Amino acid sequence: MITVPKRVYFVVWLLLLVLLVATWGMAKLNLHPFNAILAMTIAVLKMLLIMLYFMHLRYSSRLTWIFAGAGFLWLAILILISLNDYLTRGPGGGG
Amino acid sequence: MPEVRPALAEQFDSLEQQHEAATLGIWTFLATEVLFFGGLFTAYVVYRFLYPQAFAEASHHTNLLYGTVNTAVLLTSSLTMALAVQAAQEGRNRALVRCLAATIVLGIGFLLVKGLEYREHFAHHLVPGAQFALTAKPKTELFFWLYFTMTGLHGIHVLAGIGVLSVLAFMSSRLNFSSEYYTPVEMGGLYWHFVDIVWVFLYPLLYLINRHL
Repeated sequence: MITVPKRVYFVVWLLLLVLLVATWGMAKLNLHPFNAILAMTIAVLKMLLIMLYFMHLRYSSRLTWIFAGAGFLWLAILILISLNDYLTRGPGGGG
Repeated sequence: MPEVRPALAEQFDSLEQQHEAATLGIWTFLATEVLFFGGLFTAYVVYRFLYPQAFAEASHHTNLLYGTVNTAVLLTSSLTMALAVQAAQEGRNRALVRCLAATIVLGIGFLLVKGLEYREHFAHHLVPGAQFALTAKPKTELFFWLYFTMTGLHGIHVLAGIGVLSVLAFMSSRLNFSSEYYTPVEMGGLYWHFVDIVWVFLYPLLYLINRHL
């Protein structure tokens, strides 16, 4: 069975809060397209910290990794193929 | 004396196999949850692409302070949940009950803050419908439809999580778990962390990224 030192959980929690403050601060600045890019990158980093440490994926079997990744694979297909339609409708964006 | 259930169910060969089966089962369930929320995320992405001005206008009416505080509350509840699983793992039953209770309190705190925020939106007529205040700004109502549907569905998940954790706290207060068998605590924890992750994405989408469009 996995034993994770308690310190790891507290470090991950602190990192999550640092990322939260960073993303909150950045939202106050006008960074043009980078507002969305940086905010979503930080969200993904937070997700990875939670999944790897709090959800123990880092210490789980590779089969568990596949199961955990499957949902995201289908989500990516859902979003990318839907956007493929809207992004290619030309001026006016359709609708 | 409380009942002591055998740690290994008869259909499994070993505790490791039983644990792996439970883990894969909950991750499969979470994959369906990803897609459950995925439809809403897709709708959000498409409409933000089509109506960026409406999203920029509408998101200025969300309350950044409430959203940020609630993110911190949920992230902290994930810490107490992780500590609960660790306490269960090490057979520290009192610490387990305390950590579960802390997680439940933080979950309720999240819902209370969300409730305050909803009350503010009602007062400002930001709820889609006949009384909607921003009718002069086209498509802003669409943003608030997404806002209420996404945060509402997430809120229901938090409520369900509080229910699961309450059952776990009750079970652990009756000493039903040991360092040999604590799978329900771990699986409840995975669900709770998932709900936290959904919020980690709702926070930038609804509060942050449209402010400067």
